[in-house]
Amino acid sequence: MAKSWEEINARIASGDAVVLTAEEFGALAAEDGVKAAAKRVDVVTTGTFGPMCSSGVVLNFGHSDPPIRMTEITLNDVPAYGGLAAVDTYLGVTETSTVRGIEYGGAHVIEDLLRGRAVRLKASSPGTDCYPRTEIDTWVTLDDLNQAYFFNPRNAYQNYAVAVNTTDRVLHTYLGTLLPRLGNATYCSAGALSPLLNDPTYRTIGIGSRIFVAGAPGYVAWEGTQHNPHTDRDEHGVPVRPAGTLAVIADLKAASPEYFSAASFTGYGVSSFVGIGVPIPVLDEDIAATLALTDADLTATIYDYGVQRRSRPSFGTVSYAGLRSGCIEVDGKRVPTGPVSSLPKARAIAAELKRWIAEERFMLAPPVQQLPQPGAPGTKPLDIRTGEAI
Amino acid sequence: MARKRLDLTFPPRQSLKPVIYHLVKDYDLVPNILRAQIHPAQEGRMVLEVTGSKEAFQAGVAFLEGQGLTVNEAASDIVLDEDRCVDCGLCTAVCKPDALTLDPVTQRLTFDKDKCVYCEACVIACPRRAITLTF
Repeated sequence: MAKSWEEINARIASGDAVVLTAEEFGALAAEDGVKAAAKRVDVVTTGTFGPMCSSGVVLNFGHSDPPIRMTEITLNDVPAYGGLAAVDTYLGVTETSTVRGIEYGGAHVIEDLLRGRAVRLKASSPGTDCYPRTEIDTWVTLDDLNQAYFFNPRNAYQNYAVAVNTTDRVLHTYLGTLLPRLGNATYCSAGALSPLLNDPTYRTIGIGSRIFVAGAPGYVAWEGTQHNPHTDRDEHGVPVRPAGTLAVIADLKAASPEYFSAASFTGYGVSSFVGIGVPIPVLDEDIAATLALTDADLTATIYDYGVQRRSRPSFGTVSYAGLRSGCIEVDGKRVPTGPVSSLPKARAIAAELKRWIAEERFMLAPPVQQLPQPGAPGTKPLDIRTGEAI
Repeated sequence: MARKRLDLTFPPRQSLKPVIYHLVKDYDLVPNILRAQIHPAQEGRMVLEVTGSKEAFQAGVAFLEGQGLTVNEAASDIVLDEDRCVDCGLCTAVCKPDALTLDPVTQRLTFDKDKCVYCEACVIACPRRAITLTF
């Protein structure tokens, strides 16, 4: 009963497509079986809303008169990259304010722009014959900018670690506050709703896929940084550890602060919650089988963040259903859990993407190029060596 | 049994009488110190949660006032800004008394203020800075 991308897009165009969220599809498959669900449903929508540090925006300010070639740039006192053309910049979400530290950073500037607020732009330059101005101090809004688009080098991590802490002190991490002596466990995935957990071998998600990025229609631009398809997988072929990632692109002007939220992690730094949603066509029963997986089927690996090394010791795996129950067992001890990624937001994203497809005829795009597949080489470490050793 | 939060102000030259000890021993009250800022020769503040019978509570307050302390019903409060909250749930991982929990069905954050002990772990943990303590 295979369906083609063309058939599914034709059904979207005519308004006849049957679209369910991944949670709804899992429930349907549990009731009617995978085969019947695969036959009935055309598209399954996914969603995730977690902190994604490798995110940021490309901005073009337009030229002042006389013009300036901006080399040192700040937005609301947050430094932005000056190594591009005269009035282009890249602002990363983790950049911190020179005045307010981690309480305000690149992510907060982006959220302010999305909320329509004016942002103070200051820049300086040595001055050149073609760009004589040496300083500028002005205010800009999102509407004023010529181009403003997300280019996020790593979003939508396929699975993530469960963090615990065996030391005697509180740890402040990007997975939140970890209490001493296995006092808690935090985890960060939308589980059954997570985009790449629903297409574990990147059959339908690839370069050129049309997706939801922070409320805007966007695209998968490339494999994400640290994309690592070559990792441990369960009997369904789903990674049990952090694996694939996506680099994504989308118009900031079409995005919404509902689906992009700045974050300050005490003792760690600035990040941003980014909403990502990916539609997955139900091409055949194989893909339907992974779309039907629930939080009870999907697992994550528990790591000791008390060991401050690249490779942290593991305490084995646990299911997302277990994590969501609020308490898991680690090393014979009952440990309360807390998520980092928002499930209500992930659900809202999957529902909004479903509405786009069903009501606004948002069409799917097959990958123009596949992401590196399982079996491809994994990520490489960074060795510390001297010039002489090269 | 009543449970109330009290905001105590210690005058700069308060005697060294251990008032909390007396609340326990003489008035059979169960005080839980939520916050304290006591410095020599300066005015001090302490926020207490006190559990006990109504009569004991009234007698205990009278004792504290007799010691020169100013006693007010605590105005300090943990405030959750629901517009800033994104229901990530990070605060629930550090909330030992389970005042902050996720609804098992909707996974949205719920705050049961009666269970809060004002430890402020959530204030530090919240990446949206959506939880604040007014003191």
